[in-house]
Amino acid sequence: MSILVNRDTRVICQGITGKAGAFHTKGCLDYGTDIVGGVTPGKAGATVEGVPVFDTITEAVEKTGANATMIFVPAAFTADAILEAVDAGIQVIVAITEGVPVLDMIHVYDVVKRSDVTLIGPNCPGIITAEECKIGIMPGYIHRRGCVGVISRSGTLTYEAVWQTTSLGLGQSTCVGLGGDPIVGTSFIDLLKQFETDPQTEAILMIGEIGGSAEEEAAVFIKQHVTKPVAAFIAGRTAPPGKRMGHAGAIISGGKGTAAEKIDALRQAGIEVAESPADMGQAVQRAMQRK
Amino acid sequence: MKIHEFQAKQILRDAGVPVLRGVVATSAGDAAKAFTELGAPVAVVKAQIHAGGRGKGQIRECPEQRGVQLVRSAQEAASVAGRMLGNRLVTTQTGPDGQTVRQVLVEEGCDIARELYLGIVVDRAAAKPVLMVSSEGGVEIEKVAAETPEKIFKEHFHPQVGLLDYQVRKLCQKLQIGGGSVRSAAKFMQALCRAFVKYDCSLAEINPLVVTGRGEMVALDAKINFDDNALFRHPDIAQLRDLSEEEPAEIRAGKAGLSYVKLNGNIGCLVNGAGLAMSTMDIIKLHGGEPANFLDVGGGADTEQVTEAFSILLSDPNVKAVLVNIFGGIMQCTTIAQAILEAYRTVGFNVPLVVRLEGTRVEEGRKILAESGVNIITADGLTDAAQKVVAAATAA
Repeated sequence: MSILVNRDTRVICQGITGKAGAFHTKGCLDYGTDIVGGVTPGKAGATVEGVPVFDTITEAVEKTGANATMIFVPAAFTADAILEAVDAGIQVIVAITEGVPVLDMIHVYDVVKRSDVTLIGPNCPGIITAEECKIGIMPGYIHRRGCVGVISRSGTLTYEAVWQTTSLGLGQSTCVGLGGDPIVGTSFIDLLKQFETDPQTEAILMIGEIGGSAEEEAAVFIKQHVTKPVAAFIAGRTAPPGKRMGHAGAIISGGKGTAAEKIDALRQAGIEVAESPADMGQAVQRAMQRK
Repeated sequence: MKIHEFQAKQILRDAGVPVLRGVVATSAGDAAKAFTELGAPVAVVKAQIHAGGRGKGQIRECPEQRGVQLVRSAQEAASVAGRMLGNRLVTTQTGPDGQTVRQVLVEEGCDIARELYLGIVVDRAAAKPVLMVSSEGGVEIEKVAAETPEKIFKEHFHPQVGLLDYQVRKLCQKLQIGGGSVRSAAKFMQALCRAFVKYDCSLAEINPLVVTGRGEMVALDAKINFDDNALFRHPDIAQLRDLSEEEPAEIRAGKAGLSYVKLNGNIGCLVNGAGLAMSTMDIIKLHGGEPANFLDVGGGADTEQVTEAFSILLSDPNVKAVLVNIFGGIMQCTTIAQAILEAYRTVGFNVPLVVRLEGTRVEEGRKILAESGVNIITADGLTDAAQKVVAAATAA
């Protein structure tokens, strides 16, 4: 059945008239996603890849019945774009943009949590339900409809894991890129809850990295509330402390957020942790065999 | 982005947060003048580097000189500054090579009744800024957090609302600060919280925060880091950047839109994607090698960027072999293969190059490399790539 998005999801693209927005709107349309409109203030009446552009999300929703959005708006304006989407009644907001100021996300996070909206990102590759709906920048062809729910803080590392699970014949139900920033809209726990009750998902793969405590919190949650097999990989065992490793959220601060601690916490919760990034798909298989 | 203590104190001063009077000096003579200017019986000469642990650190060229020293005369200020300036200060945070001291801060002494700790960071789990205080000031806060976490008190606040009066009172009670000092505490804490938000900080740490004999709060040290993502809206803060405190290769990479972190090993890495780049470092280590760097070439690895990336990698004399690991999603492996070949020819490789490609048009991409006549070792899969590059580096 998958989670959050499927063939019926109606998507708009905020920032559709920009280079990245237009390019990835085409990519999603080619995959079969139902992109019904775009929003760029001041560009109403234009068409991009055959998709009508509106000035506001409210108007776009009225005219198209859109219930999801893909945001390619520049970092300085992303918080505003997300808040506009919440206000307009969008259910699933996927913020691709990298570089959003951390303090901008404080208020956004508050608003999102007080609503029943799902915000994915920012600084993420997006979400894809294999063979049904792609909202983001991931290469569609590596995915196969199947049984593994993927939750990841990464981009290309996720594609490696997807390719491994596809090659092993497992396929994916839904893959979600949480985003590489310190404050993101959706956590591992939020999605673990959904995958646990999704009939199509038989196993879950978590891909984490250094920084923060999301994986440790997820480990506690899994021990108490998740019955399906879970495998994981944590990137950054060799990362030095105090240095931002690409992602704004990938930083070991004050001795906390190391890969070793995360791996330890996950193993203590009975999760199958892959030693090598080449082993993620097989870790899922081992986890499934153990149950 | 990091700044020096003296710059952090200027920001605090402007924000109404009480700091001690100080003067920056770049020569022994200026340090003497600074002492006289301050007119205090006692002053402290502090080496200015972008690292902590200065008090216990040692000047490499004359190890009896620490990074922070009390002085009682202009002449003493000059001698101390003379031993620091132009030399390298080694602390637990700088690595064994230390960092060159180009400036010192000569600061008036103060009457210390108590030393506290005060810091503000963004609490990721709570998605809010948090003010942390502790009566264990002047020591490493990580140690306190690890050994006696009950001695750290926290209050979260909303950026637009700030720290509320009742929160200050709560914290003062925990710190056993009473009477008139509570007003001084409120002034200090609330001004610091406002500054944190105003300048989009990622860290604002006052360690130690001193309570003077007169019951006033003043910052003895100040460390402020800024959110890199927000610098676009703080051109005045961006100007405070001290490039001489940063790794040259990292500066060069930043200019080219690449994410680069120098490490100590001998296997250079070029990867698309931060998570995959970290994993590449990890798998090299797993197979017995030592990564020389982290490098994320990002989603648009064109010829120019790959060429610059190779240049940067090879400017590290430790590098004995290079691994290129690319998962081409939107980016096609054929494009990447062309970029690699052009870059290879432009830069002129003198170490073995292992390339692992996966993704869109991978077979054609591999073919392009194989038929190029260039000595590139192609790998099939992550494990093969790691094993091949480790073998190449070992053989070198």
